[in-house]
This record gives sequence, C-alpha cells and structure tokens, in this order.
Amino acid sequence: MSLLQVENVSKHFGNLVAVDGVSMTVEAGELRAIIGPNGAGKTTFFNLISGFLTPTAGYILFDGEDVTHMLPARRVWRGIARTFQVTEIFPELTVRENLRIAIEVAAGYRMRAWISPEADGKVRARVDGLLTMSGLTSKAERQVGELSHGDQRATEIMVALALKPRLLLLDEPTAGMGERETYKITQLIHKLHRDQKMTIVLIEHDMRVVFHLADRIMVLAEGHLLAEGTPQEIAANEAVQAAYLGQAA
Amino acid sequence: MNAINKRVAADVLVWILLLTMPYWLNGLGGYTSLGSRVLVLALAAMSLNFLLGFTGVLSFGHAAYFGLGAYGAGMTIKYLVPSTLTGIAVGVIVGTTAAAIIGTLIVRLRGIYFAMVTIAFGQVFYYIAFRWNSVTGGDDGLSGWQRLPIDLGFTRIDILGNDKAFYYLVLVCFAIAVAIMAALLRSPFGRTLLAIRENERRARFLGIPVDRHIWFSWLISCVFVSLAGALYALLNNFADPHNLRWDQSGDFVIMAVLGGMRSFWGPLIGAAIFVVLQDYVSSQTDNWMSFIGLFFVLVVLFFPRGVLGLVRRSAPS
Repeated sequence: MSLLQVENVSKHFGNLVAVDGVSMTVEAGELRAIIGPNGAGKTTFFNLISGFLTPTAGYILFDGEDVTHMLPARRVWRGIARTFQVTEIFPELTVRENLRIAIEVAAGYRMRAWISPEADGKVRARVDGLLTMSGLTSKAERQVGELSHGDQRATEIMVALALKPRLLLLDEPTAGMGERETYKITQLIHKLHRDQKMTIVLIEHDMRVVFHLADRIMVLAEGHLLAEGTPQEIAANEAVQAAYLGQAA
Repeated sequence: MNAINKRVAADVLVWILLLTMPYWLNGLGGYTSLGSRVLVLALAAMSLNFLLGFTGVLSFGHAAYFGLGAYGAGMTIKYLVPSTLTGIAVGVIVGTTAAAIIGTLIVRLRGIYFAMVTIAFGQVFYYIAFRWNSVTGGDDGLSGWQRLPIDLGFTRIDILGNDKAFYYLVLVCFAIAVAIMAALLRSPFGRTLLAIRENERRARFLGIPVDRHIWFSWLISCVFVSLAGALYALLNNFADPHNLRWDQSGDFVIMAVLGGMRSFWGPLIGAAIFVVLQDYVSSQTDNWMSFIGLFFVLVVLFFPRGVLGLVRRSAPS
C-alpha cells in the first residue's frame, strides 16, 4: 500500500479552479518533487494534503486512512509534518526552545504540567541530536527571529523533523537562499532521505535542487497535472519543456 | 547560566520584599492595607497576563470573573456561611464556572473579536450586579458583612482586627497562585502556550489543538483572577459593582502592559505603580486617572516592553 494516495482532488475558490482533478501516489521512502510555473497550484495542492485547506472534490488517503476532511492537528498526529513557503517558526524563542516544543508535543506531553527528570533528559538528548544534525548547535541559545534567513528555514525543517513524521512536506525549502545556504539545505534533505529513508514531498523552483534530489517529479500547470515521471523522463518531456523549462530558459 | 542566576536573584528579591512589606511600607508613608491592595491587584494582573503575555490572547473582560469572585465571597459570608475560607472557595468556584462556560463560547475568536466579546460578557454580569438591588445591593454594592477570623482548630488568626494577619493571608494565596502559574509556564503545557503566542499557524501544524489549549489558559487565568476578586472583597469588606465593569478590566490590562507583559513579575510592578500612584495622586486631585493615563502613554510610546522591559534592556547582557 502506498503511504500517500491523493485521488482526483480539486480546489475551487469561487470561479477560480486552483487545483483541477490532480492525483498523486507516493510510496514510503520516496522523495517526490512538485514543480510548475507560478500559480500552477502547487502550494494549494500542499495545503490540501496538510489540511490547511480541504478539497472541493476528491479524496486523500494517508497510510490507507481517509484524511480528506481531517483537522491539521490530527493529520500531524498521524505523521504528516510540513514547512511553509514563508518561514513559520516561533521567532522570540530560541532554536532550542523551538525544537523542544515540537519534541514534547510529538511525545504526547502537550497537556503535561510536569515531566519526570528521566523524560526531560530524553527530550534534551533529542534536541541536541537535532541541533547536531542541522549544524545549529552554536546558535541553539539564540532567538530564531534574529538568525539568518537560511538558519530560520533550517530551524523550521528541524522543527518539522522533531515531530518524527512519516511524511515530510517541504514548501520551497531553498526559497530566497544564497548558493551556500541552498547547498547546506540540499545536503540536509539528501541525508534525511538517504540515511533515514524519510518520505519527502517538496515543492521547489531551483531545478538543480530538484534534479539532484528527486526520485520522481510531478509537474503542475494551471491546476492540472502536466506530467509525472523520473527526472530523466521529465527532462525529456516536450510538454514540460514548452510549459515550464522553456519559460525558465 | 548567568541569565538563570539573574532570574533566581530577582525571584529571591521579590519574595523578600513581599514578605517584609508590612514592616517597611509604613516607613515610606504607606499602610498595610495598601500593601494588601497591591498584592491582590497584582495577582489579578498576573493572572490576566498568563493569558495576555504568555498565550498572546487579550481579554478585556477579566473584571467579570474578578467581580464574580468578589460577589461570590461576599454573598456567601453575608447570606450563607460566616466563614472566610468558604467565602473564598465559593468565589473562586463561581468565577471559574462562569469562565468555563463562556470560554467554550468564545475560544474560537481571535484578536479584537475575542476582546470585544469578553467585554460584552463582562458587561452582562455588571448589569446584573447593578440592577438586582435586593440581592447584590445594586449600585451601592454589597455591604453589611465583613471578613471573619480564621479558626484553624489549634489557633485563631484574627484577619479582621489585625491588618498584618490579613496581609499574610493574602500573601499565602498570592504565593500559591503565582507558584502554580510559574510552574505551568515552565512545563510542556506552558511551552505550548508560548508556541501559540509566537505563531498560531506553526503551533497548529505541530499538532497542538490550539483552541483547546487557549481554553485551558483562559480557565487557569480566570481561576486566579476570581481568587483575586474574592480577596479584594475581603480586603474592603465590600463588593463593588464597578469591580465587574469594563474599565476595571482595562485597569488590569494597563497594569500588565505598564509593568511589562513579557516578564513574569512585570504585572506586579505595574500593579504597584498603579496602586501607589492612585493612592498618592487621588489625595491631591480627583483627576488621578489622567496622571496614570499620561504615565501609561509614555511607557507604551518609549518602553513598549514595560517598566521591567526597560530595566532588562539597560542591563548589560
């Protein structure tokens, strides 16, 4: 059974059809990229999967369970975590506190007025682990709002990872980043996928990132599914070149 | 580690000052019941700030639960049981029950809509207290009763005749309430409230059921503001319908913002400034509120993080 099965979903905003009957199947351990010109409906499609919006038609199965109309928090409990196109973090808290909150919520402590020193120790160890993995250890005590754009994006990805998701949705993880930061984030995503077999769906504009990372690529244009396949297939696809790659060149 | 030491030092200093207040306040031209007044209003402002400063939700109707605590305590002692502790308990239960029900109705609202609806509900209680003469005393308030000495079996504490004894009763209640709030804010639950304050969308997409957590924060806040209200009625031996009105709610907000709503002790400082300024200026002129207003405007314009925020900024970090 596929981990994520999106079946023929549409989203209408009044007369505007943002997503029009798109289907997608993602297997466990896969890294899927979604590309397409601006206004293709990529982020709307993401919002349907994460529960930020609910579809006008179609359905979404996660690990065989119908999550089409489930509240966002419940989808997170099932294992769907996401980041946003515009970074969403806790700006006046430190990197450490940002991660700690996510870990505690994922561990089921969110209503606890007290945790045992033992549980607290485990939480701290996981925070340290995530800090090491992201290279943010030296900035752990800084407020996230004060960090560079790249470090803020990295923190957001780590916060999503702290939830121990089974499916990670990344909305333009390298948006607005310089060369070095893009490289760092790309390496991080690559490591997650290769070492932890994390299932990842990402939206991305940077084609080098997409072709470097993705197992399969899905192309949206004007709310429709234009093409789907391996990076080689997509690179050779004439419709895609016309609609998207041609435009970029 | 240095920051932690500083915080501990601040805590110790605050508690020493509060524990010894009846012994130095008179020397500064104050009097013991002024100290009790500071403590009670500080408790109310700190309770409000649990919601405002640490959950990011502005209530403009906390006076309703403050007043319900006051009337709950006063009416219990006047009509039902001549016992101070029972009065406090009933006051807290009445305020909390109302808050639990109203909270369920308003918890989905945000920002200005939440604030407006809390005012509206507050005014409902104000008008009930104001109009229902035969039970609440109407505009004249609920008088004809007084706090009673507490009998603990082995000893009797004369909180009526001895102002210091009453001050320490208030301080015990204050300490318990403040300790609970501080502990909650350092717990996983407390951190989810900070998360909601910082970024509600992110909090929701971490799997925090935001409305439910705001409801709990609101309830905790209202438990302690009811307690403050009950103590306030005992302090004055009187329950005033104006304690339920929206301008009383505004006073609590002013105290929290004045002192610094991002700091735990901020509202205590704010309440102390408010009460002392009121006490001093109102003996000189009837227009004492315009002085507090001017002071408030200056603080908001130049030190948006409140008086404590200013102290913290000027300290070398």
